[in-house]
Amino acid sequence: MVEAAGIPTLCMTSALDITRAVNPPRAVFVNFPLGHQTGKPHQPELQRSIVRDALGAFETIARPGTIVELPYVWDANDRRWEETDYTANFLPPRPVKEDAETIEAERRARFIASAGK
Amino acid sequence: MPVDYIPRTRELYNAYSPYRWVENHDTPPWTPLKKPLAESKLALIGSGGILYRDQPRFHREDASYRRIPRDAVQADLGVWHFGYRTTDAEADHNCVFPLAPLRELAAAGVIGEFADPAYSFMGGVYSARKVREELAPQIADELKRAHVDAFFLVPA
Repeated sequence: MVEAAGIPTLCMTSALDITRAVNPPRAVFVNFPLGHQTGKPHQPELQRSIVRDALGAFETIARPGTIVELPYVWDANDRRWEETDYTANFLPPRPVKEDAETIEAERRARFIASAGK
Repeated sequence: MPVDYIPRTRELYNAYSPYRWVENHDTPPWTPLKKPLAESKLALIGSGGILYRDQPRFHREDASYRRIPRDAVQADLGVWHFGYRTTDAEADHNCVFPLAPLRELAAAGVIGEFADPAYSFMGGVYSARKVREELAPQIADELKRAHVDAFFLVPA
């Protein structure tokens, strides 16, 4: 949609099969668990390196539908995450509506309380 | 080996009507980058459910989006999404919403400018039509008005 509107796009993914199906104009794949496309928490150098390498694909991809794979490895000694990521019982249960409203009220209250400072 | 997420998603959602993937078999649309990345204004969008301060949360089937100030820091941000494990994103949003890396790459001259604001939505929208007909055109309009040269998408 955005690409068709005249702005080049790049999609950063860690789900290769889904991205192949969706077939975006440009994509970069890193084989990390879902929710970590741009790196591990509190590792700013890794995050910057992944994002920098990914953005390089804006200048290297010449054919629509290309997916560039980056060579980053989540854990060279342990690939067990691949067996369990996004399988049954992997996700915590969704909160029921009442709990969700409580969580939301508490989250927002922190900022509303500090807004006047 | 890359994980096959399509069968795993089918499994997780097997209590519901069959999950139908967006499949695009045609050649994707294409717009070349008009100037080098180092001179380009780049905007970020992430679907990880990131929220800024007291912005309202996302709801089921919610195709709305939030504008996140480019200079937001960890203490400003929350995560509202039940479709992926958010523990690490809550600890450090840069895992799925790389504000800090993009600020640093702009300062280092790798990109010309990191557009303000960045955009956030919650990727658990099961209607591809809503995303295509409601969310995407609004974002495209904002990007054009802001003279953005390149758009970086991080689907969480």
